[in-house]
Amino acid sequence: MRRITKHLLWMFPAALAAGLLSAMVSIAADTSGAKSAPIGPTVKIHRGEQCVEPTEDMRRNHMQHILHQRDKTVHQGIRTKPHSLTNCVDCHADPKTNSVLGQEGFCSSCHEFASVKIDCFSCHTDKRDKNAVAVAPFKGTATSGRKP
Amino acid sequence: MSLSRREFIGIGSAAAAGMALAPGLRLIDLAQARSPDEAVTSLQRWGLLIDINKCHDCDACVTACHEENGVHGHGRPTTDAQWIRKVTLKDQQTGHVQTLPLMCQHCEEPPCVDVCPTGASFKRADGIVLVDKHICIGCRYCMMACPYKARSFVHEDTTDQKPHAPRGKGTVESCTLCVHRVDAGKIPACVEACNKDGNKAMVFGDLKDRSSDISQQLAAGPSTQLRPDLNLNTGVRYRGI
Amino acid sequence: MAQAHFDTMEGRGWGFYFLLAILGGFIVAAGLAALYMEHNGHWVTGMSNQIVWGTPHVFAVFLIVAASGALNVASIASVFGRQLYKPLARLSGLLAIALLAGGLIVLVLDLGRPDRLIEAMLYYNFKSIFAWNIFLYIGFFAVVVVYLWMMMERRMNDFTKPAGVFAFLWRLTLTTGTGSIFGFLVARDAYDTAVIAPMFIIMSFSYGLAIFMIVLLAAMRWTERELGDVVFGRLRNLLGVFVAAVLYFVVVYHLTNLYITQRHGIEGFILLHGGVYTQMFWIGQIILGSVIPLVILFSRLGKSRTLVGLAALLVILGGLAQMYVTIIGGQAYPMPLVPGKDASSSFFDGVVASYVPSLPEAMLGIGGIALALALVVVALKILPFLPHSLSDADADPHFKSAA
Repeated sequence: MRRITKHLLWMFPAALAAGLLSAMVSIAADTSGAKSAPIGPTVKIHRGEQCVEPTEDMRRNHMQHILHQRDKTVHQGIRTKPHSLTNCVDCHADPKTNSVLGQEGFCSSCHEFASVKIDCFSCHTDKRDKNAVAVAPFKGTATSGRKP
Repeated sequence: MSLSRREFIGIGSAAAAGMALAPGLRLIDLAQARSPDEAVTSLQRWGLLIDINKCHDCDACVTACHEENGVHGHGRPTTDAQWIRKVTLKDQQTGHVQTLPLMCQHCEEPPCVDVCPTGASFKRADGIVLVDKHICIGCRYCMMACPYKARSFVHEDTTDQKPHAPRGKGTVESCTLCVHRVDAGKIPACVEACNKDGNKAMVFGDLKDRSSDISQQLAAGPSTQLRPDLNLNTGVRYRGI
Repeated sequence: MAQAHFDTMEGRGWGFYFLLAILGGFIVAAGLAALYMEHNGHWVTGMSNQIVWGTPHVFAVFLIVAASGALNVASIASVFGRQLYKPLARLSGLLAIALLAGGLIVLVLDLGRPDRLIEAMLYYNFKSIFAWNIFLYIGFFAVVVVYLWMMMERRMNDFTKPAGVFAFLWRLTLTTGTGSIFGFLVARDAYDTAVIAPMFIIMSFSYGLAIFMIVLLAAMRWTERELGDVVFGRLRNLLGVFVAAVLYFVVVYHLTNLYITQRHGIEGFILLHGGVYTQMFWIGQIILGSVIPLVILFSRLGKSRTLVGLAALLVILGGLAQMYVTIIGGQAYPMPLVPGKDASSSFFDGVVASYVPSLPEAMLGIGGIALALALVVVALKILPFLPHSLSDADADPHFKSAA
């Protein structure tokens, strides 16, 4: 479990005021007496040591990676996994909720802090694909790609 | 990084397995699915041949499609999406009744693509007509233009989408020819279901490959497109209308 | 000829604020209706996968068509050099901008994803008539604003004619584009005909002038300015000609379809047994929207300003009915799938689609009209659009000698 504070503060200066306010509200509402509650979102990493790109790069440019991949996948059928949204979700979904959204969801906690709206999940599922059904591979002639 | 390498190895071994199995089959089966980092090309054009003589009172294709793509209704028939439906045709003169599955016809000259202001409605190089929901503004002009009523507008919030089939309120959607399966070298869910639980009325394949099953069947007998008057050169062909 | 004098209206009285409050009420209601529809999704409206364009589009297309027609009066002055219409040109330009704004806001707020409007500005498919129209509509604002500037700034008056000619050509193209939204739809029997584009142009003349006359009558009366019989009589006769011309195009459109066997289905539906669409065609579009106005405008009844005002109102209602029949009736009739075979399915193939307009849709559409009128009211207070007087002596230099 890691906590990010500084980076986001200078990354989204416009969100500073909103963030401070929400932090104040959450501190005021926090009666369970948690330890020091630094300003910033909760970012929980559940799996793996490293993301598909260096962490610094992902923090700053994850949207570019996803956007780039989105156009390649939709229009050209390129379905490499690393920068795909499903890969993000599969890796970063909370094991309990299976989702990247929600109170401490990987995507939502940061985006709410920065008050940047995520449009991905109005269409894409925010849940990890836990029961992917295996489908029989096609054995016919559909796969005749490049012929000799 | 490690993921892509792992994935690459996975595909490589699958390919090797395919090679090992292939010698007993026809030469064409040697070809493998595109690798995931390869763009689709116009060397292929995916299509369907549906033999209505074999198609009877069964909706295995519809069930399979909607299950595969997570298309759930809300109990409101006028606004619920249907990616594929069974249509009954009754001859006005003779009363002869036939039934056929109707979905996006994946036209070569799709009217929906012509009218879309943003280019969200587009045709992939391999002939599959899709909606890029990222740039769809929900104007529904494509639905006005489609002669087959193949498209649905998502009229309300959707949840529990399949990871491979995003769908969201305010955008238009339709049959994708199970593009996620085709990209993985599999056949569309409707065809698979028709062959397994149905009447084996559907054939899927590459229309540009002369030796493919679908091309050979099309060459061997009569077939037609729906609304042939519009000359859209549909990718879905019917036999027996 | 004496230069026409323009000035702003005072706009301090009880009536002014009352009018703005009423219009504002409709605009707020439309905003709430749009929010409600976007929040819940379109299933709360009467629209469905069968009727994909509903009441909002009836109002939006009507307003957009009327907008280009409202510019007509200005065009007659600057393009065809009729001095009589010159004092009316500014109001004509203003009304054109206001009506287009009202129509576009309705169209945009009905989108499935209005929040993504930016995509429509960033990605273009130039084969789409909608994409052309985005340029034509936005360009229309710019062209008319420049045109108004040339008219209203004395030093730029020399450029009024070229600006007017350009605006005139632009608006003809714009309405051709609007008509072609339907004219180029190959799938449906009610559309797919080139006659729709010129028909929309002549419809724009008629609707635009009808709205212009009502706004002019109201504005001149409420600001206590004189409107003489010379100007009024010209506008009345012009409206009569336009209404008759629309009727001619409607006849040609239906005769064409009646000649084509393939289209007997849709014609029977609209003209004979289409229920609400048949009633709306005959009672709304033909009798109320065309025949009664023609009788008023071309008979002695036309001497009464109240009756001419009523005729203009009927033309507007008839226009809305015509849009309803065209847009919704055209979708309600099922598309042919295989000739000679009746289709049926769980997706309403082969049956007439049912559509009942919902309140939010209607509120959104009416809000578009309210917005257009509110823009006019506010603009009349801020800038000198209204002529000081349209009395016979002021309007027509030959009036005195003739009298």
